Amino acid sequence: TPCSTHRRTPPGATPAMNCRAEVLEVSVEGRQVEEAMLAVLHTVLLHRSTGKFHYKKEGTYSIGTVGTQDVDCDFIDFAYVRVSSEELDRALRKAVGEFKDALRNSGSDGMGQISLEFYQKKKSRWPFSDECIPWELWTIKVNVVNLANEQERQICREKVGEKLCEKIINIVEVMNRHEYLPKMPTQSEVDNVFDTSLKDVQPYLYKISYQITDSLGTSVTTTMRRLIKDTLAL
Amino acid sequence: AMDTDLSSQDRKDLDKFIKFFALKTVQVIVQARLGEKICTRSSSSPTGSDWFNLAIKDIPEVTHEAKKALAGQLPAVGRSMCVEISLKTSEGDSMELEIWCLEMNEKCDKEIKVSYTVYNRLSLLLKSLLAITRVTPAYRLSRKQGHEYVILYRIYFGEVQLSGLGEGFQTVRVGTVGTPVGTITLSCAYRINLAFMSTRQFERTPPIMGIIIDHFVDRPYPSSSPMHPCNYRAGEDNGAVYPSVEDSQEVCTTSFSTSPPSQCVFTVTKAHFQTPPPVVTDTLKVPVMGLAFSHQLSSSRLSYQPAALGVGSADMGYPVLFAGGLNAAHPHQLIGPGKEGGVPPIPSQPAHGTQADQERMCTPLDGVHYSAATPSSSEDTETVSNSSEGKCGSPHDLLETIFIRKVGAFVNKPLNQVTMANLDIPFAMFAPKNVELEDNDTMVNPPDSPETESPLQGSLHSEGSSGSSTGNTHDDFVMIDFKPAFSKDDILPMDLGTFYREFQNPPQLSSLSIDIGAQSMAEDLDSLPEKLAVHEKNVKEFDAFVETLQ
Repeated sequence: TPCSTHRRTPPGATPAMNCRAEVLEVSVEGRQVEEAMLAVLHTVLLHRSTGKFHYKKEGTYSIGTVGTQDVDCDFIDFAYVRVSSEELDRALRKAVGEFKDALRNSGSDGMGQISLEFYQKKKSRWPFSDECIPWELWTIKVNVVNLANEQERQICREKVGEKLCEKIINIVEVMNRHEYLPKMPTQSEVDNVFDTSLKDVQPYLYKISYQITDSLGTSVTTTMRRLIKDTLAL
Repeated sequence: AMDTDLSSQDRKDLDKFIKFFALKTVQVIVQARLGEKICTRSSSSPTGSDWFNLAIKDIPEVTHEAKKALAGQLPAVGRSMCVEISLKTSEGDSMELEIWCLEMNEKCDKEIKVSYTVYNRLSLLLKSLLAITRVTPAYRLSRKQGHEYVILYRIYFGEVQLSGLGEGFQTVRVGTVGTPVGTITLSCAYRINLAFMSTRQFERTPPIMGIIIDHFVDRPYPSSSPMHPCNYRAGEDNGAVYPSVEDSQEVCTTSFSTSPPSQCVFTVTKAHFQTPPPVVTDTLKVPVMGLAFSHQLSSSRLSYQPAALGVGSADMGYPVLFAGGLNAAHPHQLIGPGKEGGVPPIPSQPAHGTQADQERMCTPLDGVHYSAATPSSSEDTETVSNSSEGKCGSPHDLLETIFIRKVGAFVNKPLNQVTMANLDIPFAMFAPKNVELEDNDTMVNPPDSPETESPLQGSLHSEGSSGSSTGNTHDDFVMIDFKPAFSKDDILPMDLGTFYREFQNPPQLSSLSIDIGAQSMAEDLDSLPEKLAVHEKNVKEFDAFVETLQ
């Protein structure tokens, strides 16, 4: 089984100033893809979401409260904590669902990666559109395996559970480095830093994209790049 | 010299943050070992009392244990706060699984902004703790507790003791936060040789009749210090705007509140405490599973009242009266070498932090008057009266009952798992033990306080077959030898008879309980305008739908 690696910039990503990149790799069975991806994405977003900001006079603000909840996986011996926000959960499930479908339709090899990118918006003057400047990029490389019998599946349940535990520890290690985070914005700037569209929590601006690798393992021939969180359209 | 750079307000704030961070850390750890899924709600409008902007409930007993262990001190170099998680089998063997350590080292970060950066990083660290508590081996064990073992916690303050974890224990670091007075570190050391404790071994046995452990004999109501709105404001750190405090007067005289308005707080007056409360005999191993969340019994909305001045810097002691150990004869729960297939021999160890424990006494409430935030109806203010008199909490008076029933998914923690003394009724400890609560739950047979060394011994039967008797007398119905036709013992781990008995009184679904997550009713009301707005937007759809019905 591949171990997790941490590379500065994965191939294909645009290097950007101050953008740190983390790569995690997992091998899972087809039916485990969704839960494994959700576990990782939710864990990252747990750390990258705050309560809703409420700006007051004199530029101060108060912060709402983030609730959390336990999620048990059905196909993996694993549980994780996510932010209590149905909207956020729906958005992630949608992205992961599309990724899973794309993996399934791509052929027997089942390799791909899903990326979660945190970015800041930088306003530009007309006629230029606003820039999106990424500051943190998480990439999960997935390798889908096919198993022959029930016994192998049971072992896979446990092994993938253990692997995910390692990934959570890795994620927490990165979070604990207290590296660059965007400055807390003024009221006029808040939409350039945070996603304020959700009603109960406020994650940093993020977008999720994925790529399916072809069977030769070369860089993408079938690239299906879907943006779940869009930047401002032209 | 270290403090000269830190303004006194910053220093006060920092101490407060560290104190409440320690309390919340304990809550997260203990709640993660209850064996249930935790769920709290996000709230877009600040409730003003959620520390670190996270919805973490406060189990009063746990807060109390933590405060008792800290005894007014803060983690410092050489003085760490430790939460020890251990497992105790139905045969009385116990074993340490994890030690969570909140430590302070000397590395200072003078430049860091207390009211802003430290606070936010502590919040981040709590999130990391939420995540990490689910990935150590003890989590899965704790989710399966109830049949053959329970998970216990113990809090101590002082030097970290890792010797009980066996050889080759592993450590995971949760995170660190630098402050001007030192760096806070949070980590977990956990036992890894759990091979013989494979959870598979525990899956095939039927539930045993158990006992609830309630180590609070003279226990008043779950109470906490008076509530104050946490008017915490953060400004931007670009220097142009400065953090402002809405009401500096209030901040000085009050403490940041510890928990959301989901607890009942009661008025306690000095007059009720005629006798000094009994001394705590030892640190208590508290069964995590048997705890009830007091908020489940509370009414929803609290109104805030300014606090009366209390002991020390608004750190009100609990009007608590505690006694005894979990196990009358062996307060430290270090039962001897295990049996085959059980726990390996544990070297007998000195009591952890014994000195600190014995030095701690419950402070008598001299001249202290608490004002309370009352629930929505002021008539609900309760008083503790006479519960402490004459009850010096001899361990033999302990009501020992552990709920062994496994709580299924989606289930609200059933009322019948509430230990009697957690009920918000006066003289709870005198109430008949087998009161209505357990009428419905015939699986639980609380015996009177057993004096045996192994409280579960009398009720343990390892056979899975039907007709198991419990040896205890409380029965609303008679257990019969239930061998339904065509049921098979050998294939399923549980035969039909056992299944029938176990599930014939299912606990209530959480979705049917009124107080899900114990969030305040006001929050629900607050969200009504939003919901109405959404519905109003969809009025056309609703109308169209109605049309189709006609």
